[in-house]
Amino acid sequence: MHLFGSLFTSSIGRKFLMALTGLVLVGFVTGHLVGNLQIFGEPDRINGYAHFLQSLGPVLWAVRLFLLACVAIHIWAAVALTLESRAARGPVGYGVDKWVQASVASRYMRLSGLVVLAFLLYHLAHFTVGVAQAESFKGALPKWTMLESAREFGIPLATKGDEVPDVYSMVFLGFSHPVVSLFYIVAVGLLTVHLLHGIDSFFQTTGLRSAMWSGLLRRVAVLYCVIYFLGNLAIPGAILTGLVKPAAGTYAAHQLGAASTASNSARP
Amino acid sequence: MANLESKTPSGPLAGKWEKHKTEIKLVNPANKRKYEVIVVGAGLAGSSCAATLAELGYRVKNFVFHDSPRRAHSIAAQGGINAAKNYQNDGDSVHRLFYDTLKGGDYRARESNVHRLAEVSVNIIDQCAAQGVPFAREYGGLLANRSFGGAQVSRTFYARGQTGQQLLLGAYSALSRMIGQGGVELHANSEMLDVVIVDGHAKGIIVRDLITGAITRHSADAVVLATGGYGNVFNLSTYARGSNATAIWRAYKRGACLANPCYTQIHPTCIPVSGDYQSKLTLMSESLRNDGRIWVPKKKEDAKKAPASIPEADRDYYLERIYPSFGNLAPRDVASRAAMRMCDEGRGVGETGLGVYLDFADAIKRLGEPAVRERYGNLFDIYHEITAENAYQNPMRIFPAVHYTMGGLWVDYNLMSNVPGLFVLGEANFSDHGANRLGASALMQGLADGYFVIPYTIGDYLAGQKPVARTAAEGTAFKAAEDNVRAMTQRLLASKGKEPVSHFHKRLGKIMWDHCGMARNRAGLEAALQKIPALREEFWANVKVPGSADTLNQSLEQAGRVADFLELGELLCRDALTREESCGGHFREEYQYPDGECKRDDQNFAHVAAWEYQGEGKTPLRNTEALNYEFTKMSVRSYK
Amino acid sequence: MVANNSTKNFSVTLRVWRQAGPDQPGRFVDYPATNLNPNMSFLEMLDVVNDELTVKGEEPIAFAHDCREGICGTCSCTINGKPHGPGKGVATCQVYLRSFKDGDTIVVEPFRARAFPLVKDLITDREAFDKIQQAGGFISVRTGAAQDANAIPVPKEDADLAMDAAACIGCGACVAACKNASAMLFVAAKVSHLGLMPQGQPERDKRVLAMVQTMDEAGFGNCTNQYECSAVCPKLISHDFIARMNRDYIGALFRSKFKPVSHASGGAG
Ligand SMILES: Cc1cc2nc3c(=O)[nH]c(=O)nc-3n(C[C@H](O)[C@H](O)[C@H](O)COP(=O)(O)OP(=O)(O)OC[C@H]3O[C@@H](n4cnc5c(N)ncnc54)[C@H](O)[C@@H]3O)c2cc1C
Ligand code: HEM
Ligand code: HEM
Ligand code: SF4
Ligand code: F3S
Ligand code: FES
Repeated sequence: MHLFGSLFTSSIGRKFLMALTGLVLVGFVTGHLVGNLQIFGEPDRINGYAHFLQSLGPVLWAVRLFLLACVAIHIWAAVALTLESRAARGPVGYGVDKWVQASVASRYMRLSGLVVLAFLLYHLAHFTVGVAQAESFKGALPKWTMLESAREFGIPLATKGDEVPDVYSMVFLGFSHPVVSLFYIVAVGLLTVHLLHGIDSFFQTTGLRSAMWSGLLRRVAVLYCVIYFLGNLAIPGAILTGLVKPAAGTYAAHQLGAASTASNSARP
Repeated sequence: MANLESKTPSGPLAGKWEKHKTEIKLVNPANKRKYEVIVVGAGLAGSSCAATLAELGYRVKNFVFHDSPRRAHSIAAQGGINAAKNYQNDGDSVHRLFYDTLKGGDYRARESNVHRLAEVSVNIIDQCAAQGVPFAREYGGLLANRSFGGAQVSRTFYARGQTGQQLLLGAYSALSRMIGQGGVELHANSEMLDVVIVDGHAKGIIVRDLITGAITRHSADAVVLATGGYGNVFNLSTYARGSNATAIWRAYKRGACLANPCYTQIHPTCIPVSGDYQSKLTLMSESLRNDGRIWVPKKKEDAKKAPASIPEADRDYYLERIYPSFGNLAPRDVASRAAMRMCDEGRGVGETGLGVYLDFADAIKRLGEPAVRERYGNLFDIYHEITAENAYQNPMRIFPAVHYTMGGLWVDYNLMSNVPGLFVLGEANFSDHGANRLGASALMQGLADGYFVIPYTIGDYLAGQKPVARTAAEGTAFKAAEDNVRAMTQRLLASKGKEPVSHFHKRLGKIMWDHCGMARNRAGLEAALQKIPALREEFWANVKVPGSADTLNQSLEQAGRVADFLELGELLCRDALTREESCGGHFREEYQYPDGECKRDDQNFAHVAAWEYQGEGKTPLRNTEALNYEFTKMSVRSYK
Repeated sequence: MVANNSTKNFSVTLRVWRQAGPDQPGRFVDYPATNLNPNMSFLEMLDVVNDELTVKGEEPIAFAHDCREGICGTCSCTINGKPHGPGKGVATCQVYLRSFKDGDTIVVEPFRARAFPLVKDLITDREAFDKIQQAGGFISVRTGAAQDANAIPVPKEDADLAMDAAACIGCGACVAACKNASAMLFVAAKVSHLGLMPQGQPERDKRVLAMVQTMDEAGFGNCTNQYECSAVCPKLISHDFIARMNRDYIGALFRSKFKPVSHASGGAG
């Protein structure tokens, strides 16, 4: 038995890779959500945080590549396993094709995964590369000058007076478009559905689940998903409904305020 | 006149097998792979035999009509398997198991065989445990036992209610291992339709591939039949629908003697028939009798009343009344006949009047429903599934049904039939149970034969044989046998009749049950001997077998099997008619004690009746092998 | 006695998949089944319909069956989209007509999976299961080589759990029900039964690796943890065993790589 051979060719091996990469991705989206929730704080916070991440340089690229590899393996495994499973039904399908008890989330993993993929591409275009809404992309916005030095867990993120990209405004501006926000909401909704089965599935695939734990694990998974979804909903939701307004003095506040009074105002 | 030399070794009973093993010829390990052995059947007997022979180095070809060896009828055995382990320290011993089995068989089995069976029973449990059979365990992790089938010691090993399944899967795993290693060549979906005899020795078989219809010849140095029992001659039975007598019947027609065909076992605790569409009778494990009480109303008028409305005083717990020391645990034949008598008196219950109550009310009162559920829950579920009745609230209805056939092809101590090179194992032979089989001893016998007897004794035969050439199947005997099979197939398909095969099977079953069932008498048997040939004639004239011979054709399979049953049924009745005594599962109304018990005639019938085929339309020859009891005294089998 | 135990006769329409052979075209054909008794079993109904077909000179419907009491694993119909039909923990042969209503149309199809090629009508070839067993579904112990049975105590809980897994009847309904046509439940049951017993330890890693490999090669699909299999399993084998097998497999994979290797070249001398 070749370890790597079997991991990449056997059914259980590939499932295991999918579970591991899935777990990494869960870790990422969780951390990302926590980071994003800083939008509800001072502009300094999220901007300082973003600046810090950007300043990591090669480390950032290492993390990005690792995540990219995980996504690639995850998707590759999903596609390969799915194609095999399709073929495994045989030349003729059932006349009456019924589900007995599988959860709804589990039935649409491929679909929810695909939407997440589409979202991801859009999202990268939107906030990382800046082609989706080029006019409000951070690179196109005036720099944000840090009002205070930012620290987190004792690590300095940015110092007072640093000129950093204005992620804060980018997010506010981006989510002020209802279509964009709705798409985000739908996408994170489906991602949550994906995770609902994915997390449960993770325990089963890695063999950590058993009848004794399944109830608890399921509840933990559901709880996690609810919190995750609400957290994600909060950002576009709050911005779109105007529950949270950009802090005074930010570019976004200026833009959005201006937009509400003079809709044709030119960009500075 | 067939040669029925038993080849029982001389010397003291307990040393016979040991002595025999040291005296019989061995095949040199390097030579073993030159010998080819055909094993037909992969039930407990067949798969244990095929696996073990392959382990020894013989080249084995295994044929089963099932789509997988794991589906053999042995899978259905529920209750357990006996072994003289004396793990319970309750006084069991090889001798006691031997004695119980012999007595249980009403002194109609060979002493030496039964003793050997008791001896190797011990090894069977070791072997199965090592294979990973998940036997029931005590909390300390050691094996659990229960008492079963009226035994007074706890010597029955079991795996929930699925002992046969687990033992078969154990043997099947050993067989699978040897198939994987190339030691066994498996032919599933392959029905053996004839034995080929070359120069007086069994040297091959003719097989029909049930999927493609192809008929092929297979040669070997010896042929082992482990094809199970023939109880489906009664149509309705606890057997799997596919169980059939074809293999042994065709061997019989090639000269192998069929011994004691009339010894059939009727099991007392089955779910009664509900309608004429019925295809199968379901056994309710005998273990139910440990806690359930069997009764019928005292008064005929009460028979159709709801059981709860019959007061205690009006109930007749007839087994407890008639057999005070064994009570509800009286042996199967005794309990079955008692039930039949109650129904004959008009006190049978249920819509058909063919049923008695098996009541758990007392057990529930004594142990509580949870404890009863714990012990028998799955059986109560099965009962509910089939009858839609709740046995916790109302007594079960049970009735006897055909369950096992003690008769079978005659074999000597080496398990070889009177045709040299033709060995017969398991339920297909007649060897160890005499006129009645005790509960949990068929599994024991099947595995004893396959794991521990044949691997030694077949060597004795093979050592005297030159390995046959692979091309032997070209010979004239093979061609004749193949032509014979093709002719029969053609004849069945050519019949331009109107009735489906099942029609004849049902009618045969009714004749058998009415005249040769639980109680038999001269007039009835003579009537059956008139009716069966007539039915057989009608079958050939009026059966309808649709489809062709070159594809899967279940009607054709069924037709061939029923054609054989129509012949075997006649022999069975003839055997019952000529055995003018009552013993074990064979009850002749003319021969009974005033209280209705079996009246054996040791003077005239302490022998095996081995029937020899004399040709189409001729009365077969009744050979006998005397049963000499050297070590045991034949006593009246009493369970009072 | 019990409410649904009505004895009134009724009729249904059977919509049955008919296919003369693996390479022939197949299709659904409707057959009326009349005068049915609620106490009849589903297979007994097929018997009756088949006898009527035979009398009419048509070929009867081929269907697999043997024990008719839920233990041999031969019967294998998908009834109204559910392998083994209505009811929990039952095989096709344990389905009784009281589960249906007068006038119902009952759709009967074979188990569908590429690894179970169709033989005829409702019969499929499940030899793939045997092949998986042959790859490692055993404990290698030659006949006669065993020590006293009580020399290997097995904790009762382990023995009971092993028995839960060992109860599998090899019917293939798990594959038929799984949307991925995966054989995980069957293989997991086998692997777990032997892996739970002390006797099964020496070959434990080898067994799971070999059986899963054979399963994959047979063309079964890949599990996505949907638990349709355990829901239709006539023996209610738990999908916990699948988790157990996953763990065993991954563990075995890593152990096989990180174990010291012996350089002994077999029994020289
Ligand atoms: C419901 C039930 C419960 C039982 N419970 C117990 C119990 O608790 N304890 C006990 O000791 N006994 C019990 N018995 C009896 C016991 O199960 C059987 O006697 C025993 O299993 C027979 O095993 P066997 O190997 O001889 O034959 P079988 O298991 O019947 O196997 C026959 C084999 O032969 C093959 N075969 C047959 N004919 C042909 C042919 N022409 N060509 C090719 N292959 C062929 C079949 O495919 C099959 O593989 C029970 C029986 C029944 C019916
Ligand atoms: C409402 C929810 C979300 C918000 C507000 C949000 C916001 C952002 C922002 C602002 C960035 C750019 C950070 C920067 O420029 O430094 C970003 C990057 C990214 N986001 Fe999100 N995001 C959300 C949801 C998600 C989700 C659900 C996913 C994953 C499925 C995701 C995956 C990513 C990735 C992969 C990047 C690129 C990181 C990198 O530059 O390496 N985001 N997100
Ligand atoms: C990008 C496109 C994606 C696709 C096409 C996809 C597809 C799939 C599929 C088909 C499964 C198998 C379902 C199963 O085994 O039951 C799966 C599992 C999983 N996915 Fe995704 N997914 C994607 C993205 C993600 C993301 C972004 C995450 C995390 C945030 C994620 C987390 C998981 C997890 C944890 C599992 C469970 C793995 C297992 O144990 O089977 N997936 N995914
Ligand atoms: S696991 Fe269940 S469904 Fe699958 S083969 Fe075994 S008994 Fe049948
Ligand atoms: S239904 Fe199929 S997806 Fe897995 S859990 Fe069962 S094999
Ligand atoms: S016929 Fe044996 S399980 Fe259904």
